[in-house]
Amino acid sequence: RSRRGGTGNTSGTGSGMDAPSAAGLGGADPQLQRFIEVETQKQRFQQLVHQMTELCWEKCMDKPGPKLDSRAETCFVNCVERFIDTSQFILNRLEQTQKSKSAFSESLSD
Amino acid sequence: MESGFGSDFSSDFGSGGGGGGKLDPGLIMEQVKVQIAVANAQELLQRMTDKCFRKCIGKPGGALDNSEQKCIAMCMDRYMDAWNTVSRAYNSRLQRERANM
Repeated sequence: RSRRGGTGNTSGTGSGMDAPSAAGLGGADPQLQRFIEVETQKQRFQQLVHQMTELCWEKCMDKPGPKLDSRAETCFVNCVERFIDTSQFILNRLEQTQKSKSAFSESLSD
Repeated sequence: MESGFGSDFSSDFGSGGGGGGKLDPGLIMEQVKVQIAVANAQELLQRMTDKCFRKCIGKPGGALDNSEQKCIAMCMDRYMDAWNTVSRAYNSRLQRERANM
């Protein structure tokens, strides 16, 4: 069961699930197609919230108290930002190493 | 998605096909939305149970004692707070990203 989610719109967040083409799913009905696109997008968002809450809980929560104190709240916010930064960093660096690899192999094939 | 999403899905549509057999897309969309909401609630519950069990139950005894129950209750509320905080933070980040494009 794939738990990796991503949002297609945010550049670099990455999507763990490939979105099937909405045209295939909705058939000819454009209303259904649109609906599927929108709901798929919403679900990607939800999945990532689930995933980040789980991860950040480990990092930010000690003993559950009567309320979420401001330090924990700040930690959660930072955690979300850094998670997305990490995701983008990974994608960018991967892209770079791919580029340098192909340049290398091109120079070899003379 | 969880099995709750898939297995209940088809049984909702059977009743519409008696006469002309035309499926109302509006009805389908509403039912899909409900199924999605159910699946999300299940996901949330599952992760919350996991986290709160880890935080609140030490060596499992013969029953949940009072302190364990109190801990679980607080943990549930804090998990919801955390979920909402994460959801808001993620949403803000997405808005910022779109504004920068």
